[in-house]
Amino acid sequence: MSDYSASPLLLQAEGLKLRFGGIIAADGIDLSLHEGEHLAIIGPNGAGKTTFLNICTGYLRPQGGSVRFENREITAQPPRQITRLGIARAFQIPQLFAEQTVLENMLLAVSVRERHWNPLRNLHAVPERREMEGLLELVGCSDVRDRVASELPEGKRKLADIAIALALKPRVLLMDEPTSGVASADKFDVMETLMNALRQAKVSSVFVEHDMEMVSRYATRVAVWAQGKIQTTGAPEVVLNDPDVVRNVIGG
Amino acid sequence: MSRKSLDAFPDHAVSATAAAEAPWPVRRRHREKYAMNKELLAFIIVAVLLAVVPFTFGTSTTFIAMSLAKGLAVLGILILLRAGQVSFGHAMYFAIGAYAAAFLSSAFRGIDMLLLIGAAILASGVAGAIVGIFVTRYRGIFFGMVNLAFSMVFYSILEKAFHITGGSDGMRIRRPTLLGMELKRAEFDIAIYYVILLFALLSVWLVWRYLRSPMGEALRAVKSNETRLEYVGLSAKSVLLGGYIASAVLCGIGGVFMGMVQGLATPEHAFWTRSSELVFIAALGGPAHVAGAFGGTVVFEAVRTYAAALLDDSWQLILGVTLIVIILWAPGGMVELFRRLTGLDRAKTLTPEAGR
Repeated sequence: MSDYSASPLLLQAEGLKLRFGGIIAADGIDLSLHEGEHLAIIGPNGAGKTTFLNICTGYLRPQGGSVRFENREITAQPPRQITRLGIARAFQIPQLFAEQTVLENMLLAVSVRERHWNPLRNLHAVPERREMEGLLELVGCSDVRDRVASELPEGKRKLADIAIALALKPRVLLMDEPTSGVASADKFDVMETLMNALRQAKVSSVFVEHDMEMVSRYATRVAVWAQGKIQTTGAPEVVLNDPDVVRNVIGG
Repeated sequence: MSRKSLDAFPDHAVSATAAAEAPWPVRRRHREKYAMNKELLAFIIVAVLLAVVPFTFGTSTTFIAMSLAKGLAVLGILILLRAGQVSFGHAMYFAIGAYAAAFLSSAFRGIDMLLLIGAAILASGVAGAIVGIFVTRYRGIFFGMVNLAFSMVFYSILEKAFHITGGSDGMRIRRPTLLGMELKRAEFDIAIYYVILLFALLSVWLVWRYLRSPMGEALRAVKSNETRLEYVGLSAKSVLLGGYIASAVLCGIGGVFMGMVQGLATPEHAFWTRSSELVFIAALGGPAHVAGAFGGTVVFEAVRTYAAALLDDSWQLILGVTLIVIILWAPGGMVELFRRLTGLDRAKTLTPEAGR
């Protein structure tokens, strides 16, 4: 496994603290992402993994600590601003524009990216239409291109959600259990397609995952999140064989 | 987003689909074009029919002029319905349009009609922007109620400040000149009819284009998923504000026309029943298509006028029953009924209300 610490730093969280009532979600979290990395975050349910994504995208304001993106302070900026800087997000429960077709979802996203605000031009006439169709092909959603988003099967919804995030040409993609909801027989196919798409588009990623097989295959680095702290971080083959991790996270 | 990341997607990912997409999208584009031509044809036919009204049904000229003026306001309501929002206070902008004309025409004798219209657009647009900044924080019932509150405050001011606004008697709007020409009563009625028609056709075209543009599609996204909207980098509030200002301006234009046709601006124009009347008509006509706004207004006004002639005080009853029927069996309004009857509903997706 190659070492990415020499490549440019993209995302850097330092000393993040956040608690909800008595629950400590983050208690001094330091985590960074370098260009080209695919960082998996694992840990027990309710440990605060999704909270981390929420803080990074500005949805939640941490009680302490900071998040930097390409050396720019982004802590607690509104999500739309952070998105425009180049951090896109895919959700555990897919967030689509339910009334519109999958292609229209993409075209709307790309219109925001390119600031196409001419009120007289049809959404379908934006010049990036081909690019969006190509992207749908890339994530395996071409077959549902013209279907209304609310009618899609769960697996396709998940992929469409990721496609929308990719339509923004992000530098970093944050994913929350990218293959949950996908039929288990298709999981690896979907993840394979997805990671290929990310590599082709040169997008780095952070993904929260429960499936260790998935983590060992696709992550370049793993961070173990438990009790509001990063217990260990390192290459998957090392971390996943660490007896402490096996006992506390995987086994338990 | 940085320049560097814009180059992130390689071209071969794009060109891969160009070959694969050949056969059926071509057919689809044909069908779309065909459907659009039919719509354009219908638009032209209706425009021509309306243009000859003063020569064929001269007695209904004023009736249709007033319907078109109100239809413009309903078109404004329709924009907000796209975002899933219902305003119970838009009659305020209608009144703002009428009063802008009233103030100007009492201050400057023989002022031109186009200036009055310009003033109404400006006044309603500015008012829409100011009020919009507050109300676009709210959604659903709260959005409707906050709008209602603003409009009723405005209504009270119009009524109470009688030394400025003439109180409940309102203000006269003197007959304006048109492009410098002084017009007699009968000439003016014809002239203003054509001006209203022109503005109505222009507005229909503009709104139709707007609702299909990225901005208009983003309005639908306000209704379906604000979280995703925020996470593609867009503020739902500003999208809604854009739609809100557009709707306020349309109501303002409707108001100035109504005021000029009647020669009067009264606080009554801003009263809440007028606001809900606009919403009623929008629901009757159907929010899925711009034609619904005007179709709904003509039916509404016709029922009100002719039912009153047939049977005293029956029009509320008739319209009430009509609305119940529409809500229960055709939630997409007259537009949906029309599509069902003509079999067009398979070609286009209906509003989700219709699907429920």
